[in-house]
Amino acid sequence: MSEQEKNNSVLDKRSSRRTFIKNSGLTVGGVVLGGALGSLLIKDDKSTTTSETQNHATTPTANPNVALMFFTPNQYQVTQAAVERIFPEDANGPGAKELNAAIYIDHQLAGPWGSNVKDYRLGAFYKAEENQGPQTKILRKDLFLAGLESLNTYSNQQFEADFKELEATQQDEVLLAFSEGKVELYGKVSSSQFFSLLRTLTLEGVYADPMYGGNKEMLGWSMRKYPGSRMQYVAEIQDEKFIQLEPQSLNSHMGH
Amino acid sequence: MVTKLPKVPVVVVGMGWAGGIVSAELTKAGINVVGLERGKDRTTADYTMGHDELRYQHRQELMQDLSKETITYRNTVSGKALPMRHYGTFIVGDGVGGAGSHWNGQTYRFLPYDFEIRTKTIERYGIEKIPAWMEGLNDWGLTYNEMEPYYDTFEKMAGISGETVELWGKRTNPYPTPPLVKTPLMKEFEKAATSLGYKPFVIPAANLSESYTNPDGISRGACQYCAYCENFGCEYGAKGDPAVTVIPVAKQTGKLELRTHSNVLELTKSGGKANGVIYVDMLTGEKFEQPADVVVVASYVFNNARLLLNSGIGTPYDPKTGKGTIGKNYCYQVTAGGSQLFFEDREFNLYGGAGALGIEIGEYMGDNFDHAKVDFIHGAGIRSTQYGDRPIAVNRVPAGTPNWGAEFKEKSIKYANSNFPVKTQGASLPHKENYLDLDPEFKDEFGYPLLRMTYEYTDNDRALGKYMSTITRKIAEEIGADIIDTNEEQGPFNVNKDSNTHNTGGVIMGSDPEKSALNTYLQMWEAENVFVVGASAFPHNSCFNPTGTLGALSYRAAEGIQKYLKEGGILVKA
Repeated sequence: MSEQEKNNSVLDKRSSRRTFIKNSGLTVGGVVLGGALGSLLIKDDKSTTTSETQNHATTPTANPNVALMFFTPNQYQVTQAAVERIFPEDANGPGAKELNAAIYIDHQLAGPWGSNVKDYRLGAFYKAEENQGPQTKILRKDLFLAGLESLNTYSNQQFEADFKELEATQQDEVLLAFSEGKVELYGKVSSSQFFSLLRTLTLEGVYADPMYGGNKEMLGWSMRKYPGSRMQYVAEIQDEKFIQLEPQSLNSHMGH
Repeated sequence: MVTKLPKVPVVVVGMGWAGGIVSAELTKAGINVVGLERGKDRTTADYTMGHDELRYQHRQELMQDLSKETITYRNTVSGKALPMRHYGTFIVGDGVGGAGSHWNGQTYRFLPYDFEIRTKTIERYGIEKIPAWMEGLNDWGLTYNEMEPYYDTFEKMAGISGETVELWGKRTNPYPTPPLVKTPLMKEFEKAATSLGYKPFVIPAANLSESYTNPDGISRGACQYCAYCENFGCEYGAKGDPAVTVIPVAKQTGKLELRTHSNVLELTKSGGKANGVIYVDMLTGEKFEQPADVVVVASYVFNNARLLLNSGIGTPYDPKTGKGTIGKNYCYQVTAGGSQLFFEDREFNLYGGAGALGIEIGEYMGDNFDHAKVDFIHGAGIRSTQYGDRPIAVNRVPAGTPNWGAEFKEKSIKYANSNFPVKTQGASLPHKENYLDLDPEFKDEFGYPLLRMTYEYTDNDRALGKYMSTITRKIAEEIGADIIDTNEEQGPFNVNKDSNTHNTGGVIMGSDPEKSALNTYLQMWEAENVFVVGASAFPHNSCFNPTGTLGALSYRAAEGIQKYLKEGGILVKA
């Protein structure tokens, strides 16, 4: 990306985030208007700064959670590019890349879930009927890496460049082919199985509690006016008007 | 090596609603009970960080660890069953409280029609209304009026919040607490349904509408509508859960010895009775034999059938001959026929909710409408619910929207607070080839065969779903929305696709030992000191959430066990 393009993209982000705030403001219920919007505005400035520093990979970031326990830097970047196409930045607000979904994915694949520790893994693995669920032995972490490699191989076959270098529309074409199971991935593993894992992990990385590494500054929740983890909605649930509440994470329960 | 322990009067396998109720009732009567639970103990303190959607719903924190045991699945008798390697269509609870900890709290009674379904169907429509493949459809062996006192006891113990509903059987008492609140979307449903001539009611709930002290002296606070019920435990104890009701009561008697991490592998037997159980400590691997006068099998539907089959107790059901009973009449539920409403300019506070918060009509349940001109029997509840929409799980978008990318993001955010469903929950009736047996190939971590499920939706299910879709569409149109998507077809069953968690049957009750495994005290016809308690006893599944009926039957079983300890023998004449 040239310096010019980079600047443009930062400007785009700023303007789209302003649109987001403006749109939110139109629909906010009366009660918490000042507080919620105020904090969104502050977060707006902070997140722009953070995303700018992240573009320079050498600058250390303020969030110690943003570090890799599983991916290589290149695998991380391909993941960032892929999650951004699943859940792109738009007028609503940031995309999965800025929300740190790729960090979330890195941390999940490094942990027990990435190694399928609570899945049934005994006995032979037969070819399944569609309604019997996946019957492949490959672990989630290995499936994901195979998928990333295959994204690059396929991108080079189709467009003569690695996945992360492609135009957004080209990346969408590649992902569509993967989602439809059209790409040979690894052994008997279907590319649609990888795509389904990628999609699931992206949405989790956008919307899971920020303690897991994604959903940066709860902006995933803010976009859809989801208040996160609060203890009661007795009044709100009976109200005819929509009441927007500032999100709270599980961290707010640490005093209990 | 197996360590043999001293004999006890009663051993209970599983500490959910069934095991918890039986343990509370027996210990209150002064009987010593050993309770074996394969998972851990639990209190409300376990749920301090309970509002964690990822951990509880998507990583199944409260569910059985499938690496140790799962089921295998095939859709026809000729297919090869393969293991359900991770959760998809249903979930299986683990630990003290079992499914009673992670449930939503919708607490219904079944209809008088359900208990006498065969007789009443033949009376009104003739024998030809029951197709040959549904030959297993039978009366339950007792009537609604006989069940009523047990329902009443369960509802008082759990503090069910609700309103008296027409079209159901008679009630001795009103619900112990008033119904939950009506939210704006529930009022939309109410207005539309009323103007169409129906009589909507608020769904009866184990999420307390107000603070309540039950007859055992257990006090609990009111529901806060925090929206974390299904898949989650309630940090307030506002949701009826064995871990905050019957199990503390049993513990308080000093007569319950609760052994957690104790996974029962098989029942031992001699001379037509069980001697006790063999179990393994899941933390140390040590094996024990626990002899008992009475064995109460009260684990989940699947494991109840599997334990009996792995122990050689009872005659396995054979779908070719229709003979045998263990594994017979596995039923599920029909969820086709729903309509989804989307609004351009209207937002609801969908982040709030409760597991049983909703409104429903009863006109299409059971035999409440004339089936002479339709090609199915039984029916469905039609309802709008507000469980609370959590953002990873719920991303409803209009039909035709891609499930990823720019349009998906835009629409899923646009409609996140601007949609709700008018949905159905339909009855599931037995098919002779829908059943449970032992898998010939796949084993659990201890080498015991897994349970094999053979199941597919039936013609009755498909016709029922299609019919109900016309009703949900009518109500949705009366409500009025910018987009209404109606699902008309019940697709094939998929073990990997979330649809419904209500599994029933496999060890069914009845009045004929040739056709049922249990009598109406849930005592086994073929082993008089074995009581098998749970939704496994349902001869078919009605159009309601099963827990109310499961709870009522648990109270009846507890009564039967006390009677058996005094008198011995089979408690009901065949």
